[in-house]
Order: sequence, then structure tokens, then C-alpha cells
Amino acid sequence: MAIHSIAELVSAAQMTGKPLWQIIRDDDLLEGKYDAKESTAQMRHLWKTMCSASDHYNPTLVSKSGLSGKDGAKMQRAVEAGATIVGNFLGQVMTEALKMGENNACMRRIVAAPTAGSCGVLPAVLIPYFRCYHPTEEQIVEALYVAAGFGEVLALRASISGAEGGCQAEIGSASAMAAAALTALRGGTPEMMATACALALKSVLGLVCDPVAGLVEVPCVKRNVMGAVNAITASEMAMAGIESKIPVDEVIDTMGAVGRQLPACLRETGEGGLAASPTGRAQAKAFFEQESKANGHTIEQG
Amino acid sequence: MNLFEILGPVMVGPSSSHTAGAVKIGLVARKLLADLPVKAQINLHGSFAATGVGHGTDRALVAGLLGLQPDDEEIPNSFELAKEQHLDFTIGTVQLRDAHPNSVWIQVEGKHGKKLELIASSLGGGRICVDEVDGISTKFTVDYPTLIIRNRDTAGIIARVTMLLSMEQVNIASMQVCREKRGGDAVMVLQIDSTIYPRTMETLENMTDIRKVIYLNLNE
Repeated sequence: MAIHSIAELVSAAQMTGKPLWQIIRDDDLLEGKYDAKESTAQMRHLWKTMCSASDHYNPTLVSKSGLSGKDGAKMQRAVEAGATIVGNFLGQVMTEALKMGENNACMRRIVAAPTAGSCGVLPAVLIPYFRCYHPTEEQIVEALYVAAGFGEVLALRASISGAEGGCQAEIGSASAMAAAALTALRGGTPEMMATACALALKSVLGLVCDPVAGLVEVPCVKRNVMGAVNAITASEMAMAGIESKIPVDEVIDTMGAVGRQLPACLRETGEGGLAASPTGRAQAKAFFEQESKANGHTIEQG
Repeated sequence: MNLFEILGPVMVGPSSSHTAGAVKIGLVARKLLADLPVKAQINLHGSFAATGVGHGTDRALVAGLLGLQPDDEEIPNSFELAKEQHLDFTIGTVQLRDAHPNSVWIQVEGKHGKKLELIASSLGGGRICVDEVDGISTKFTVDYPTLIIRNRDTAGIIARVTMLLSMEQVNIASMQVCREKRGGDAVMVLQIDSTIYPRTMETLENMTDIRKVIYLNLNE
């Protein structure tokens, strides 16, 4: 991979006059795994899969543990009844994030973006934007390239794994990727995309990965909502001309450093944070009892 | 990492390591067996054992054994599918020595009597590692087409295999070689950049001192 920093991406866009998404795609093509046509087709396939996952959300489905399900439908009803104060667009964003998080928890098909646990953030921003502001499908595909390119830098300089860097590395990265993608969709400059990424990530630094019973459910599903809304406010600020006082690559490095400073109990072990709360522990206990009933005997090897 | 490792894979949730990776392990077991699985004993280790049911790891492994892909929405129904397709399976837990936290030990039997034992682990992001095949340590990922060759430990056998691959214009990405004892059973694991023709497989299988050749390509 040749992209080491967002600064590098932005300056390549300035020097060549090419759009940022194209620089990201062309760099990826250098690996020689596929040509431009195949790459675009694959990106379009990811978009179609996101849309179809949203369309096929089942409002009655509940996860195996019983901890997730039905909340996307509740949110949708509230939005459609005009009972929210955030407005239609943000209401749809919240609904989509819940639906996708629940799809994942209930073993439905999703697109990891960048992970399964954070799969709701990007579609929650893109699908309502597509419905409300009618960009072309090509523009959505271009925005997905921007998201993926920023994600590459996040993965390289910091982390996109909760076990390595906490939730800031999963929901935080998804939010930063979505902020850049949305800014691209809205016609923002490469600098604005970089700013949106920085602003989104700054707001979630230190967010811990503390899943109850180690399952990708509590608090993961609802944190997708926060990640999506945070991406939108970051993009709004960047589009308004607000700048990040700390450059984006330094923010990303900081996320990596904070992740390394997090104790293991706050990195997807299910031992700290909400997982260690009295109710979190009780839910885990109930779940493990159910689990041991479902499991057979234990073998000791050799 | 390429772009589609950041966006993607398309998969059935909830976890790329505990669900998507587990389906892949099941698929690898099916391919390595090279027979229709009719009986399987699945033993979960570590985190797979601890949170396997909640993540659908058990159903994902069975789905893979049935030939389902990681994005197949039938994965949650794999136990029922197994019954229909006459795959008799049991699921238990095991404590393996020095194994990755997301590991599984599978013993599987095919319709035509073939047997296979496999230990594999899920590394995250849907990537997996095959740690042991039939009791022999292998340690390979399935990102490339892979040849597993069991042979008698004898001078020149590696040269004969690699010479054949070179004549077929097959580039070797990585190669591991090990043996039990001098002159005993040995194994070569070769990851290659292109697919293998059936005639090359046949030539390999018929070489002196070669006992068994397994070819694994998840994209075929």
C-alpha cells in the first residue's frame, strides 16, 4: 500500500487535479488484483448489499442472546410519526444505524465497514443522503472509495480493531470514514474531507470496547447511531469552513497511541466498562448459562 | 491492506472472526476432505468455546461444512440444513495446547469413507489459519491456492516438486517443509499464485515417494 497519510492524499489531489476518490482507487489498482472496471463493480456491489440489508430488515427479529432487536423499528415509527426533534434526515440516519447493527447481531448479511460491529455507521449516513438528496449511484461509489481510502490510513497508522484500539478504533474509524465520505458527496474539497475525518475522530478518542458477555450487541448496536450522527456533525463543521486545530494525521496517530494506552479490560475482552457493570455481569451470567446448556461435553486434549 | 479489506467482506454477522472466519474454516474442512461430509465432531477452543453460541460460531462451522459461503443468509439455519443433508454432527469444547484463542478442532468423515482432522484458527477480519491437518503442523492462511503434499523424506523430492511447478509456470509465494524423522513422513505446504491444472495434480500424485496431495483453493 502506498498511502501513508491523509496529507499525502490531499496533496496528490492538489498536484494532479484528480478527484480524491480516483487517487485512492488508482493506488489500489497498483496491487494488480483487479482492474478499474472490476474494482468499481465490487464497490457498487457493496453499496447494493448495504441497501438490500436495510430493505430486508426484519422488525421482529431478536438476537440469540435476546439482547438486540426491534429497536430500528421503534425508531422508524417515532420518526414517521413526527415524534422526534432532530428532523427527518437525522431521524432516518438513527433508524438505519440501529437497523444495520441489529441485522449484524441477528446473523443477517451486512458489509463490514470497517468491521462487522461498526457496519451500521457508513450506510446510516449514505442511505438517507441517497434518499433525501438524490446523488447518482456513481457519486455514492466515489464516496465509498473516499471512505475506504481514509480507512486504509486509519488501519495503517492506528487500528480498526476493537481488540487492539478499543471502540474508538471501530466506531471511531467508521465515523471518521463516513465523515470524509459524506463531505466528498456534498462536494467538499479534499482539505474539508480531511478536516471532517479529524473532527469526527477527535470526538470519540478514548472510547472503550466493553461488550457485555463479549457479544457484538451491547453497547455496539447503539454506538453505531452515535458514530453516524457524529460523522454528520463533523462534516457539517468542515463544510462550514471550520478547521481542525490538530492536523488529521496527528489525530489518527493519537487514536493509535490512546489505543495502546488502554488497559486490556477495555479492549474487547468483555471484562471492563459496561461489561463489568452489575447489570452487564448479570446479563453475561444468564447468557453463559444458556450457552453451557447448548454446548455439549468438554474434552481435555492429550 | 487493500480497499476491500477495509470495506468488506460481505458477510453474515455478528463477528468477522467468530462468524465469517468460522464459516471459512468449515469450508476448508469440506474442501480438504474432498468428499461429502456425513459425520463431524466439532470441538471449540478458547473464545470460540466461551462465546461461540452467541456469535453463531457453531452454526457457522456447520454451514461451512455444508458448503455455504460466509455471506449466505442460511447460515443461522445450518443445523436444520445439516439434518436435511444427512450430516450428523456433534459440538463440544476442547482445551488445545498453545492454540490461538479462536481455534477449533474438527474431525470429519465423508460419504466415501474419507477422514480428516483439522485444527484451524480465526485471526480477525474473516482471515483464517490452518494450524494442523491430520496431526501435522501446517500454519497457512487460505489467501492463496495451497498445495499440501505428504511424502517420504528423501533426497531430491523438493526439487522434483518445484521443478514440475516451474515447468507449469506456477509461481510459489511461500513454502514450508517439515518431517517427523529422517526418512519418515514429511510434509510440504506450498502457497502459489495461480491455479493448478488437474494434469499437474495427477503428475504430482504419481511421483515416487509422494503419498498424498491435497489442493485447496477457496475461490474455485
